[in-house]
Amino acid sequence: MKERPEKVPQRIPAHQEGTAPQLSAEEMRAIDEERSHYESDAAAGLEALRIVQRERGWISDDSLRAVSAYLGIAEAELEGLATYYQLLFRQPVGPEVIQLCKSSSCWILGCDRLQTTLEKALGIHPGETSADGIFTLLENPCLGACDRAPVLLMNEELHSHLTEEKLQALLAEKRQRHADQSAD
Amino acid sequence: MLINPLTKNIGADDTALDLGAYRNNDGYRGWLRALRMSPEKLIDLVQKAGLRGRGGAGFNTGFKWSFVPGDRQAQPVRYLVCNADEMEPGTFKDRLLMERDPHLLLEGMMIAAHAIGATTAYIFIRGEYHRAAKVLENAIGEAEQAGLLTPETTGWEQPLRIYLHRSSGNYICGEETALLNALEGKRAIPRAKPPYPQVSGLWGRPTVVNNVETLCNLPHLVTQGADWYRQLGRGEDGGTKLFGVSGKVNKPGLWELPMGTPVREVIENHAGGLRDGLTLRGFLPGGGSTDFLGPQHLDLPLDYDAVGKAGSRLGTGTITVLDEATCPVGLVLNLSRFFARESCGWCTPCRDGLPWVVHILQRIENGEGTMEDLELLREHTIRMAPGNTFCALAPGAAEPIQSALKLFEQDFVDHIRGKACPFH
Ligand SMILES: Cc1cc2nc3c(=O)[nH]c(=O)nc-3n(C[C@H](O)[C@H](O)[C@H](O)COP(=O)(O)O)c2cc1C
Ligand code: SF4
Ligand code: FES
Repeated sequence: MKERPEKVPQRIPAHQEGTAPQLSAEEMRAIDEERSHYESDAAAGLEALRIVQRERGWISDDSLRAVSAYLGIAEAELEGLATYYQLLFRQPVGPEVIQLCKSSSCWILGCDRLQTTLEKALGIHPGETSADGIFTLLENPCLGACDRAPVLLMNEELHSHLTEEKLQALLAEKRQRHADQSAD
Repeated sequence: MLINPLTKNIGADDTALDLGAYRNNDGYRGWLRALRMSPEKLIDLVQKAGLRGRGGAGFNTGFKWSFVPGDRQAQPVRYLVCNADEMEPGTFKDRLLMERDPHLLLEGMMIAAHAIGATTAYIFIRGEYHRAAKVLENAIGEAEQAGLLTPETTGWEQPLRIYLHRSSGNYICGEETALLNALEGKRAIPRAKPPYPQVSGLWGRPTVVNNVETLCNLPHLVTQGADWYRQLGRGEDGGTKLFGVSGKVNKPGLWELPMGTPVREVIENHAGGLRDGLTLRGFLPGGGSTDFLGPQHLDLPLDYDAVGKAGSRLGTGTITVLDEATCPVGLVLNLSRFFARESCGWCTPCRDGLPWVVHILQRIENGEGTMEDLELLREHTIRMAPGNTFCALAPGAAEPIQSALKLFEQDFVDHIRGKACPFH
């Protein structure tokens, strides 16, 4: 079972002429660079999705179409990739993506309790985004830091030796940062 | 004598060695020496040293390379792929090597590239290893700038290229043929074998896939020789290995130790034994897809064949400890959930069997199981046995289940008879 949002992404009506979605210059540059690393151009499709997500947070239907148009790879082909790979998101995510390790060593050291804490604090289940739009919670396989269990990734930051207190403090800090940013 | 070739540069501070520091510590001497050797001699050296793949299967590395066709004129395009996917539950060894001594890995890759005639190499790294990816990218840039990959250094017609590929997820990408599909930009589904990648791999070209730790063994093996390498081990296998322990122990961690070090020494001396006065019920010797072993196996030397004879696998060499206060049924359920989620869905025993196994285990854990469920679980492990599926994911998933049913049978029975989990 993939831990994905239960809702199937809504199909957006077909694009009108002249409004074809565009890739940014930076996205095109990064995709071209990746493309030059492989013997076959088709290999760039997966890389392009990763790049677009890096720039936009997730892969919308528009983004999929833009990549399809740019690389000449069928949309269905790209959709097949986007729905296969766990780190590609076909739904919007918050600016803070939490990947909680649910594997063996973290389980032995209490990740289930941490998950309950997170679910209560954020009011969501894995695969969902909090009502304030800030946090997305995902369950992740072993993060390769089992000697520091239990652990989670908050975007690119690894947080280890977690306790419920540490977790609450971390959420409070991130909430504060986002509140400060929106006040600016 | 050098006894810790994998970690000799890794100090207490948490930084990565840059090119200058690496070279000051005799770095890239193995590469320069390998370039003066013929590929045949290099392959022979690695084979004689007895280096076995650290990705889990323990296949002799030199022997693996020897299947790459020798006629370079006929097949000039060849690839080397470093498997840095490290997603096996309980495994945390490659991360250290990449984050702290990236040039050791690059040097190992260069040596392997020379052996098999590859002019393009990829590091396939899991997407969650952000720091390791940045460190490696930087190191690749340093090596390029220093001219280590140019025809002037190598004497080859083309420069050697090393690219970092960030994976977009899924444990199955670590399986070497699924990995090749991922690199080609396809869904990561394992390929039917034969043909093996050495003959027809990436885009149908001869390709070798090696684990990070395997490649990190090469630089010193080349400078110090096969005899030195063999005698590093304490038992049958040569060399050293990163052994780790996680779970409820006093000092979870990772240590470079001789192959053949007894389990007890790793768990009791290095990891400081179990914490809070707990006793050991069992352990997974090398990740979530290895069979549980019990306290009676503590004196087992950590060698591939010795662990195999005891009924498990050395796997990745990172041990997960199961203590008396943790429910074995719960742990097996946790592992089976992981494998069910990660199944690529190609073969029936895996795609349909694993969710079924999860369902049964959950039922037992909830106190709603029956004695027939145990028989059903056993049947599933037989259906997932090697040969019934395209790849080793399902056989690997069966290992902790089948061994738990033997070692911890009473715990399963107690759940069923007592109609509840005794650990709650
Ligand atoms: C489901 C599955 C996942 C695997 N994941 C990894 C991995 O993350 N890293 C790795 O090196 N090998 C992994 N392997 C083993 C590889 O298929 C392959 O044997 C290995 O990379 C070969 O390198 P070595 O000979 O240097 O050990 C996995 C195998 C399977 C079946
Ligand atoms: S055993 Fe499982 S993961 Fe491997 S090919 Fe079959 S379905 Fe896919
Ligand atoms: S089990 Fe959580 S990091 Fe490995």
